[in-house]
Amino acid sequence: MSKLAAYRRSPIALIVLLFLGLAFTGTAYAALQPTAPSDTYAASGAAADDVEEGRKLFLANCASCHGTNAEGKTGVNTAGPSLVGVGSAAVDFQVGTGRMPMAAPGVQAADKPTVFTDKQIDQLGAFVDSLGPGPSVPDAQYTDLVNADIANGGKIFRTNCAMCHNSSAQGGALTRGKYAPSLMNVEPKHIYEAMLTGPQSMPVFNDATLQPQEKEDVIAFIKNIEEGGNEYGGHSLGSLGPAGDALFIWTIGIGLLIAAAVWLGRKAA
Amino acid sequence: MTTIPQGAEAVRDRTPTGTSSDDARPSLPPPLVWADDRLGVAKGMGLFKKVFPDHWSFLLGEIAMYSMIICLITGTFLTFWFVPSMGHVIYDGSYVPLKGVGMSEAYASTLDISFDIKGGLLIRQLHHWAALLFIVGIALHVARVFFTGAFRKPRELNWVIGTVLSLLAIIEGFAGYSLPDDLLSGTGIRAMNGFMSSAPVIGTYMTFFVFGGEFPGEAIIPRLYIAHVLLLPALLVGLFAVHIFLVFWHKHTQYPGPGRTNTNVVGFPLMPVYTAKAGGFFFIVFGITALISATVTINAVWAYGPYDPSQVTAGSQPDFYMWFSDGALRLLPGWLEFELWGFTWSFNIFLGSLLLLPLVWIILGVYPFIEKWVTGDNREHHLLDRPRNAPVRTAIGAAAISIYLVLAIATINDILAIKLHLSINDITVALRIAFFLLPVIVFMVTKRLCLSLQRADRDLVLHGTETGRIQRTPEGRFYEVHEDLDAHDRWHLVQHEAQHPLSLTAGPDTDEYGVAKPRGMAFKVRRALSEFYFRDRVDPVTPSELAAAHHHGEAEALPGGHAEAIEEARAEETLSLRSDDRH
Repeated sequence: MSKLAAYRRSPIALIVLLFLGLAFTGTAYAALQPTAPSDTYAASGAAADDVEEGRKLFLANCASCHGTNAEGKTGVNTAGPSLVGVGSAAVDFQVGTGRMPMAAPGVQAADKPTVFTDKQIDQLGAFVDSLGPGPSVPDAQYTDLVNADIANGGKIFRTNCAMCHNSSAQGGALTRGKYAPSLMNVEPKHIYEAMLTGPQSMPVFNDATLQPQEKEDVIAFIKNIEEGGNEYGGHSLGSLGPAGDALFIWTIGIGLLIAAAVWLGRKAA
Repeated sequence: MTTIPQGAEAVRDRTPTGTSSDDARPSLPPPLVWADDRLGVAKGMGLFKKVFPDHWSFLLGEIAMYSMIICLITGTFLTFWFVPSMGHVIYDGSYVPLKGVGMSEAYASTLDISFDIKGGLLIRQLHHWAALLFIVGIALHVARVFFTGAFRKPRELNWVIGTVLSLLAIIEGFAGYSLPDDLLSGTGIRAMNGFMSSAPVIGTYMTFFVFGGEFPGEAIIPRLYIAHVLLLPALLVGLFAVHIFLVFWHKHTQYPGPGRTNTNVVGFPLMPVYTAKAGGFFFIVFGITALISATVTINAVWAYGPYDPSQVTAGSQPDFYMWFSDGALRLLPGWLEFELWGFTWSFNIFLGSLLLLPLVWIILGVYPFIEKWVTGDNREHHLLDRPRNAPVRTAIGAAAISIYLVLAIATINDILAIKLHLSINDITVALRIAFFLLPVIVFMVTKRLCLSLQRADRDLVLHGTETGRIQRTPEGRFYEVHEDLDAHDRWHLVQHEAQHPLSLTAGPDTDEYGVAKPRGMAFKVRRALSEFYFRDRVDPVTPSELAAAHHHGEAEALPGGHAEAIEEARAEETLSLRSDDRH
């Protein structure tokens, strides 16, 4: 006891204690650190080749804005965010829908036909994933829409999505030329990834906000609209609400009636 | 002894053995005789002889009238199933995407009408499309009456009644599309709630009174319902009856033409021609509305979902007749809301709603009186103006329409932004500028167009039409022969009256002793407005001008110096001819 007390006063004690403390903290962190989301590529045995191929693709197509190490760049026409930690889900969404690489700098990346094959997109994803853990491409079970609840999806959609995307998912305007795009003809996987990663102006709906099953319900609700589940009573006029009705009635509608009136007016004369 | 005819004689001789008055009666159909004996309806037969002039633009009001009738018929059908209640139910109808979703009874019953009542959706769509046509019809009818000056004495009162009718129509429309309690219409009610709250001091009290407490409460749908199906229709139909009665009473206006004067009406009698035409037109309107309703969806309430104050959908906008007000809100800058003396003053809302809405109809309603005051025209007018012959009125109308359209289009700034790939901010700024600039430009352009058209008319009357026939004078000059209009065609172009500004009619500013007459501010304003109204007038061709033009012959037709040149040439020609004779 007294011996320990004596060592306590030793000049090395502080260093030893510091060392022990650091060692303990480090070990504890290693043991208790939050587990990163399951890494698809690691799980599916994403080979180092894929990462390397992805890196080459990245350097050829993305680095001018995102930087050669995906660290992000600031510049007038070459500003791109850092991609460390965005995960393969973000890559799959942005590249898979043709938003990235952008055709030209602008307020918002528009979707267009993608220039990459699925394999290349996966390789790009593997490379970005290797930079830091992030959300990965969703499990197919949440995008096959089996047993999805359309009504529940509708409720979630109206609460979280309709204010930008419109209650019929036809899209809507945001400020300064930005917009929430129409969700028609978007792959379920991409809708899921958009919710997961919150691209551009969109907020993130991670698994704590909307559970995977709820995301699938939302997708099912959108797909129901896309497949004509809302098309009752005739032509929908673009599902734009009263704007479409007004355009129709002030052109074709009243046009037909005025034509009839002119015809009737001439009849007697 | 009276002989009672028997057998064939009874058939031959049908003269009734009654009083002499019966003998004098013309052969009217028995039901009419029966009714006349009891109600004296034959007096009203004169009504059927009323003459109506024929023109397609006179049918615009009828489009509104028939659409209203369609709304009354289809609306009655809808009341059989619609439940005007905000009571909460869980939907269990046949529309799958809303199965198990909580909603109000009003919304659920609207879904039932759409999906589970036979013919319900068609009738709902007929009701809504007819409502839109009702207001389109009114708008065009108002435009027709305005631009042709049909509102002038003695019809000012009917114009005011029409103004009130159009206001009632849009309130009726608003109340109607608010009833289903879907997400879109609920947002509309929320906007109305905001309108009312923006009233200084009394705003919140007013909303609590109307909503029976805090928004949304459970009272608004039943209250709007009774307004929509009882109160407003009663007012609409009642005022409409007065409106149409006054048309009979004043007799219909007519477009100018040969034989049409301020004291006659040229057209067809109500019975049988006009009844057949107007009645036929009802079926045309009904048919076209039904065709539209069967093929084009309107207000897909199921797509919006039930109303929930925490939700809203992008691209929300009211039906088009409320656009101008909604658009004003989108254009008004946010800094108009400020705090003063511990209160919030929301002038960004107030100006676009509580002020603008009444203002539009007040301006519309008082226009005939203002025009009369300015022009000093106190005579009766049964002949319509051609819009070009009242350039300033036409320009005012066009400018008013342009300002209305700017506001209306501002309502769909988000739809325009996404469809045209524009920035919503740019659209808003552009429309703010257009609000102030466009009416001025439209006024000037329209007025100039009218004046040019009037001048073209004058030219046509004085110089006739170009025949395309070129004549050559003996010494080799060419000119085109102009052909005079025939009297029938000319009448349309010369029948209108010359306009006289107040400065010409009010006499000199001084009396016979050279002392300035006492003239108030009102007179000065009036004279300034009169100048504004008549300054650039183009007078119609007078008979003496026409006679002078004829006297000079068609060479006069050529403009300016050219005409003079030919005139000279002719004079020389005559001279040379004479000299030829001499030699």
